[in-house]
Amino acid sequence: MIACSASLFANWLAQSPAAEFPPDMIAEGATSFIVRMLWLIPAIPMVTAGLIALLKQPRRKTAATLAIGGLVLSLLLSIMAFSHVLNSWGHGAATREVVNFNWFDLGTTHLQLGWILDPLAAVMLVMVTFVGLLIFIYSTGYMAHDENFTRFFCFLSLFAGGMLGVLIANSLLLLFMCWEIVGLTSYLLIGFWYQKPSAAAAAKKAFLTTRVGDIFFLLGIVWLFAQTGTLLFYNHGFGAMEPTALATLLAQPAALGLSAATVIGLLIFAGAAGKSGQLPLHVWLPDAMEGPTPVSALIHAATMVAAGVYLVARVYPLMSAGAAPGGSTVSLAVIAWIGALTALFGALVAVAQNDIKRILAYSTISQLGYMMVGLAVGGVAVGMFHLITHAFFKALLFLGAGSVIHGCHEEQDIRRMGHLRKAMPVTFLTYSVGMLALSGFPIFFSGFWSKDAIIGAAHSWPISQGPFFLLIIGALLTAFYMTRQVAYVFFGGWRGSHHTHPHESPTVMTLPLSILAVFAVGLGVLGTPAWPWFTSFIESKFLIVDMQAFSEPGLLPLMGFAILLVFVGIGLGWYLYARKPIEVPVGAPVHDHAQEHGDEPEDTPCDLKDVLESPAPVVWKWLANRLYFDELYAATVLRWYAALAWVSDWMDRRVWGGIVAGVSNSFRGLGLANKSIDSQWIDGTFDKGCEELVTGGGALAWLQAGRTPGYLRTLTMGVLVLAGLALIVGAATGQVRL
Amino acid sequence: MNPLAAYLVVAALVFAIGLAISLTRRNAILVLIGIELMLNAANLNLIAFWRFSPHTAGHGDGLTGMMFAIFSIAVAAAEAAVGLGLIIAYHRHTKTTDLDAMTRMKG
Repeated sequence: MIACSASLFANWLAQSPAAEFPPDMIAEGATSFIVRMLWLIPAIPMVTAGLIALLKQPRRKTAATLAIGGLVLSLLLSIMAFSHVLNSWGHGAATREVVNFNWFDLGTTHLQLGWILDPLAAVMLVMVTFVGLLIFIYSTGYMAHDENFTRFFCFLSLFAGGMLGVLIANSLLLLFMCWEIVGLTSYLLIGFWYQKPSAAAAAKKAFLTTRVGDIFFLLGIVWLFAQTGTLLFYNHGFGAMEPTALATLLAQPAALGLSAATVIGLLIFAGAAGKSGQLPLHVWLPDAMEGPTPVSALIHAATMVAAGVYLVARVYPLMSAGAAPGGSTVSLAVIAWIGALTALFGALVAVAQNDIKRILAYSTISQLGYMMVGLAVGGVAVGMFHLITHAFFKALLFLGAGSVIHGCHEEQDIRRMGHLRKAMPVTFLTYSVGMLALSGFPIFFSGFWSKDAIIGAAHSWPISQGPFFLLIIGALLTAFYMTRQVAYVFFGGWRGSHHTHPHESPTVMTLPLSILAVFAVGLGVLGTPAWPWFTSFIESKFLIVDMQAFSEPGLLPLMGFAILLVFVGIGLGWYLYARKPIEVPVGAPVHDHAQEHGDEPEDTPCDLKDVLESPAPVVWKWLANRLYFDELYAATVLRWYAALAWVSDWMDRRVWGGIVAGVSNSFRGLGLANKSIDSQWIDGTFDKGCEELVTGGGALAWLQAGRTPGYLRTLTMGVLVLAGLALIVGAATGQVRL
Repeated sequence: MNPLAAYLVVAALVFAIGLAISLTRRNAILVLIGIELMLNAANLNLIAFWRFSPHTAGHGDGLTGMMFAIFSIAVAAAEAAVGLGLIIAYHRHTKTTDLDAMTRMKG
């Protein structure tokens, strides 16, 4: 009996997953419960943001609990969604499930919104909620002394909601709306310390620069809608990313011999470039480091800037539409070139920066360039794998930088740090892990595998070898500048103020660092050539362990070359910066930063010269000034804008203002005339009428004496008069004979 | 003097007496009695005109005039009841039935 029921139970166990998730071989499966509930993932953080907005500033604990609790819920839902996709993959092909609904109708035009769950979205959901959660927890420590703690968590939650909305959107319009929420929160958080003029200016700059890209993005959306009549990505064969619509777009010529698909793809890429800091719209990202460090980590390194990469991955069918097998398209070529140039540019500029966060910012720009190249030359999975690994190690680096800044009492200049490996051991260890991952240190670090996949794909790109060469120089420089930074910060002698005693950060900050460090190492396992779990999952392919992959022609030599580059970069950095400890030059004023809390590190000169500065001062100056991009924009775009603004202002004051003033003056005259007519004629007449009424009323009131006999007498008199009248008239007409 | 004229003279006298009472008395009940007298003078007229009308003279085949008078008496009874009720109610409040003192409704 027991054996029988046990075997029944075993049977049930064996069958239940199949019964719950029937194997779905087609690309678009029936919508399951978790997909229908997918909207909750962005909705929960948005609701918590609303709740926190209602809290009073001193309610710190409540705000942090709400924000973290909301994100934990989202993380659990994301893991459920992820395991759902994983399950369907285990049963055959990973499904793509969509939920679409009508938003509104305009005549015969239907505007539909919807959300989507596919491997791409599932991976991103888990990454964003997980990294976001760690950064939320870290923020409770980092922002502990800020008086606007509650406001900070409100913005963070809103950001998480917007970002998760971008990830699950199945409609370009819904994606754009969430995209703008994300842009808004980015603005709010960069300008979080708005009392600092530099922070306020950086917030404005970020908002306006990304807006340039967004205008093009919006144009692309409108054009796409005009051409295909839908903004849904996937809609059971009728979405914009599906063959029917793509064929229409390819057949439609736009201009210069390009098809509408290409032009729309490039317009959408402009939006992605603005968000992801690609050339030439990268200028806002380094300035965005004015925000609190957790914000830099969460928004401007791990998630938001990756939204552009995600967007390109999401519209990848459009980007690659019309490509011959093994070939490429115009859109992808543009993305590859811009990405490669950005990758090199970011790495070059990062070499000459002295602000710990700015180095990381330029590194982020550079790595985003790598992702774009990865998407363009290697497909969605290559770019997305680097996005995921980068999110972890860059968040780790930024949080480590935040820990350093926190421990050094808000010092951000690496020239005034040094020797921190003794004072901050946990931060040092985790930061080193992040640095090695970013540099692409071989075998053990995730960054090696993801970057290597991109470089390998660029090498076998049929169009041009240009991006490949830009990328390998970038890789060398990446290893170099990260070594330089670590040497400056953690080695050498202490160069800061004598009053400052650096200390390790609290556990609430170091714990997220440790967790992120584990992932920065461990994630590489998912993307090795022998076991390409990530690629197979994203592309929904069958996964096998294939050690033969390493013996493919050209793979190992290329990998060896990449490893060599990394070692050269690290070795060069070590030779230049850590061989001899960097000390404060004799006679240089020791800057006492602790006394002027909150002022700009850049404002105070530091006499410490970089090793590379003396041999090539001109080059160094160019790099330190970020190739004068800001100055170039100030001299061209901004000057032109200022002139236009001046002309508009003049037109407004003189021409339009004059017309308006004339109209309003003539109306005033009319009003005055009206007033005199009113007071003299109409009012006079009315007053006279009222006086008469009062007089007449007084006379009549005399009659209403209230004495009944008086009324009776009046009545009798009336009757008598009437009777007399009747007699007289009757006698006159002969009807009465008297 | 034909019989009709005699009735009319009597009725006119009763009416005049009633009117005189109404106009001269200050006691509300007496005024009401005067009004009753005038009303009954009118009733007398109605009956007289009915009895001596050329169409019904000697026959009395129609009951129109009679019915008119009966209705009038019934309405007068109701009117007297209401009038007396009002006066009693007023008297309860002010302990007077003097019409000259009833000036509360003065405009």
